[in-house]
Amino acid sequence: MKKNVILGALTVAGLSAGAAAAGTLDDVKARGTLNCGVNTGLVGFAAPDANGEWKGVDVAVCRAVAAAVLNDPTAVEFVPTTGKTRFTALASGEIDMLSRVTTWTFSRDVDLKFTFVGVNYYDGQGFMVPKALGVSSARELDGATVCVQTGTTTELNLADFFRTNNISYEPVPVETTAEGQQQYLAGSCDTYTTDASALAATRASFEAPGDHVILPEIISKEPLGPLVRHGDDEWADVVRWTLNALITAEELGVTSANLDEMAANSENPEVARLLGTEGTLGEMLGLDAAWAKRAIAAEGNYGEIFARHIGEETPIGLARGLNAQWTDGGLLYSPPFR
Amino acid sequence: MSDIHANSVAFVRKTEIPPAPPPYAATGPVKWLRENLFATPANSLLTIAALYVIWLILSGALPWIANGIWTTSSLTECRQALDGVAGACFSVLTERWNQLLFGFQYPSEFYWRPTLALVLLFVAAAPVLFFDLPRKLLVFTAVYPFIAFWLIWGGTILTPILALAGVIAGALVYQRLVTGSFAYGFFGGIIAAFIVWTVGGWIIPAGASDSAMLTAVPSRDLGGFMLNMMLGVTCVTLSVPIGIALALGRQSSMPLIKMICVVFIEFIRGVPLITLLFVASVMLAYFFPPESTLDLFLRVVIMITMFSSAYIAEVIRGGLAALPKGQYEAADSLGLDYPQAMRLIILPQALKISIPGIVNIAVGLFKDTTLVSVIGMFDIVGMIRGPILASTEWNGVYWELLGFASVLFFIVCYGISQYSQWLERRLATDHR
Amino acid sequence: MTTLTDPPQGSFRLSMLINDTRYRSLTFQAIALLLLIVSIAYLANNLFANLAAAGLNIAYDFLGTPAGYDINQTLVEYNSRSTHARAALVGILNTLLVAFLSCVMATVFGVLAGVLRLSNNWLVAKLMSFYVEIFRNIPVLIWIIIIFTIMTAVMPAPRAFRGDEPEASMLLGLVAFTNRGIYIPAPVWGPGSLVVVATFIVSIVGVIGYRRYATNLLYSTGKLLPTGWPSLAILFVPTILMFYIMGRPIGLDIPELGGFNFRGGIQVGAPLIALWFALSIYTGAFIAENVRAGIQAVSKGQTEAASALGLRPGRVMKLVVLPQALRVIIPPLISQYLNITKNSSLAIAVGYADITATLGGITLNQTGRAIECVLLLMLFYLTISLLISAVMNVYNNAVKLKER
Repeated sequence: MKKNVILGALTVAGLSAGAAAAGTLDDVKARGTLNCGVNTGLVGFAAPDANGEWKGVDVAVCRAVAAAVLNDPTAVEFVPTTGKTRFTALASGEIDMLSRVTTWTFSRDVDLKFTFVGVNYYDGQGFMVPKALGVSSARELDGATVCVQTGTTTELNLADFFRTNNISYEPVPVETTAEGQQQYLAGSCDTYTTDASALAATRASFEAPGDHVILPEIISKEPLGPLVRHGDDEWADVVRWTLNALITAEELGVTSANLDEMAANSENPEVARLLGTEGTLGEMLGLDAAWAKRAIAAEGNYGEIFARHIGEETPIGLARGLNAQWTDGGLLYSPPFR
Repeated sequence: MSDIHANSVAFVRKTEIPPAPPPYAATGPVKWLRENLFATPANSLLTIAALYVIWLILSGALPWIANGIWTTSSLTECRQALDGVAGACFSVLTERWNQLLFGFQYPSEFYWRPTLALVLLFVAAAPVLFFDLPRKLLVFTAVYPFIAFWLIWGGTILTPILALAGVIAGALVYQRLVTGSFAYGFFGGIIAAFIVWTVGGWIIPAGASDSAMLTAVPSRDLGGFMLNMMLGVTCVTLSVPIGIALALGRQSSMPLIKMICVVFIEFIRGVPLITLLFVASVMLAYFFPPESTLDLFLRVVIMITMFSSAYIAEVIRGGLAALPKGQYEAADSLGLDYPQAMRLIILPQALKISIPGIVNIAVGLFKDTTLVSVIGMFDIVGMIRGPILASTEWNGVYWELLGFASVLFFIVCYGISQYSQWLERRLATDHR
Repeated sequence: MTTLTDPPQGSFRLSMLINDTRYRSLTFQAIALLLLIVSIAYLANNLFANLAAAGLNIAYDFLGTPAGYDINQTLVEYNSRSTHARAALVGILNTLLVAFLSCVMATVFGVLAGVLRLSNNWLVAKLMSFYVEIFRNIPVLIWIIIIFTIMTAVMPAPRAFRGDEPEASMLLGLVAFTNRGIYIPAPVWGPGSLVVVATFIVSIVGVIGYRRYATNLLYSTGKLLPTGWPSLAILFVPTILMFYIMGRPIGLDIPELGGFNFRGGIQVGAPLIALWFALSIYTGAFIAENVRAGIQAVSKGQTEAASALGLRPGRVMKLVVLPQALRVIIPPLISQYLNITKNSSLAIAVGYADITATLGGITLNQTGRAIECVLLLMLFYLTISLLISAVMNVYNNAVKLKER
């Protein structure tokens, strides 16, 4: 009985999908929603809150893209992906873009055929230990049991770090952040290693965050950014420049609060080009003139997003550090809007 | 004579002595205890050991349950309320009740929809499970899948109506043609259904779902125990007919069809379900046209259905093999052709023999739906291990949550197996 | 005079393809073949189109490249510079290890529970049916998680063993139960230990020989030799004597707390224990039902006939009931072993490095070669299942009732 229902639904769905065009941008427009792959739950980057609403830096990027393309920051279908399913989900077209604290590496870019459109968080791998352990450096972790998420670059960095320092360890592989947190708190590993930002986020969700310290060593470079499939450059451009718009907006002092005022009154020609009051940047991108304005209106510029989800005012409490604008000594450096 | 006797014997009792009660030790609870618990020294030792085990379990569990706290909003509060006493924090169940049952993404204002679908499931299943109910109720059973689909997923009502129309068209064509030949009816029915669906697919306007009576809910928003129930019910329902077809195919005299069925069944039975779920989550998408995206729920349903239909096929094959050869020969001698013989003589008997096996598979399959948590779906185990245990408030409440999930599964699975035993007794016609 | 003509042949009509039993099966097979080819072609075409669109290919070279990750429990030499193929081998061995251990323990649990469920003792019988029902009706994944949680959340951490007044202490000073697993002493093979082992092996051969001799003696002369105590004596006395004669060459490496963890001894990791124990106790419940059914399948007349011949109860069980019950028990038992092997893939839920976790987990994640890894994974399990099925067929043929 039920088989027929699904076949029927399939027929209907298959036909409506078959009518869509080939490019991702057109697909998204035709569908009316953006399918965005996110983490299954990492507070500050992508996690559902108590009402089931997704919140976080990665989520904000998805919302900005949806606002730019579809004129509706809520028209996003968040697809939770694990370390295992994320790349297949993107490669097979199940999601349009992946925004899931994914490290930009050579092999992912070249061998797995993905296009990283930029970096929305410069990160590095660190270690968290309970204060009671009395460890002050990662080099003192000889013989320790280490919880590490499988399928991540952290796992490989960890092996390299211990190998180059000629000390031994015992890995405890975990599938998700949640699992790693439980194992670490239960004491079945001495230390938990992952990106420093995620460590801070995890620690913030503990009952007694003060009992745990993050060791000073950062053992790797982890540029995290959104990515799309190879071979659809129009779509990659949309996502890339939406991210750049958020970063440029902060650099130019455009915030969600003064957005309309800036659009109307700004003397700065770059602001005018960014917000679509001058030039035809939106048109070149296959969108309308106000695309960047909507993207910024969704959750604010990069600085606002950072401050709201992971900044020093939040329980996670990350400093801008490398993620400050280049003018403030950070690495954020958006190409010009011209 | 009697006088002589009377004289020679001093006293003869004229009435029967009332039977004396058995000795105290051979009656009542004492006898039962002696026979069942303390028959031999070894037996007594076993009894004492068993009593000790029971005491261990109960002394740990009972106070823990009795002291349970139901009303706090976080583990810290609960610990304070317990104040060092051993007790459970059942408040995680009350606070996360909806998440455990429906997942965290299903819109809370629509919880009545899956609940209603579940209630209707019982109504729809009743005439199938209990033969004494009026047969007319089966009409509702036939319509139920479409109602349930619409209730849970929402969207335009045209989709389930179209699907139903296709089925009805198929059934009508089948009935018209089956008098000529089963094959005509069967293939004619399928073709008719597909024509209706294809034509209907063009008719339904693209934006129909937006203005529908029930708001559409995408299937990745399904979660919690609801997801386990849906996967279990859908896949079992689907896999019984496929399993029958595979079993018949494996018994078939046509070498090619037999080979296809054997390869399929042995392949599926040879690999663990989890690898099939990996196929669903990381591989299956590559096998469909680029523009059609099957959602994960549907891919999982496909793989689990394939999995369970292979097992059900083996059970039914056992049933077919257990039938005496005379039944086949009798059907042949009556002049019935293959579809008639199967439908009227062989399958009814073979299925009856297979019922306990099919129920076992169904129970096993229902339990196996928890494996979807491994591929990142938020069924009840996924909810517990993911969002709930990771939340700041409930970090570390393992036993209450795992216990709750166990109780839910136990109730359903034990219920099904008890039903199957009842059914077996009901159907035991051959020993009367 | 060739007036003979061919017998009248009905002209071939198209409807005969369906209505004539001579052609019908051919028609159906042709349709089936066509459908099969079309669907395979359709799927393959989609696959290649999708792969080409994504710029990917199917290649197995990644197996030869360094894996780059470490594994915590390995039976063979392995480090992060070993290849992915080596990691897969580690996984295969770990799968086989946990499957073997679970099969043994599940059999023990199952036979105990199955026999006790038929016990005259009401309480024990009820307790055993309680065990069977509870474990059969709750998913094995939940059992694995429950036992893993017991291992990690209830057992003390290694640091609880530290200090002058530790919160936890080792059992008999030999075995440490921690939340990372159980540390047991490892044997240290000193010089001369080979002789002790050799003696033990010879003793085993001796026991078998003695039992053969006793049976032969019984059949030829009717004399009954005791077998129980002499077997034990032959098994252990010479070995223990030799152990002391050689100057106690086999020592124990007792685990000691050092650094973060215990060192020395053998570590049986928490994931392995959780998986082992959960699979055993879960499958044990199913085996118990098989055992019960097997014993009940032997008709009472057999027992009574054996008693009438004057056999004592122990011998009735050993010589009459068990051989017949085993014929019923062993086929489902072997399929339970198959289930254990397949269920061991749930290792991924607790981080045990079996084949699903190495090849189908970390390697798949790191290389992104999803199709290749899943195919290899399925190939491995398929091979194991076919091997076990082959064993089962051999056994079934061997014990088949000889019909005359």
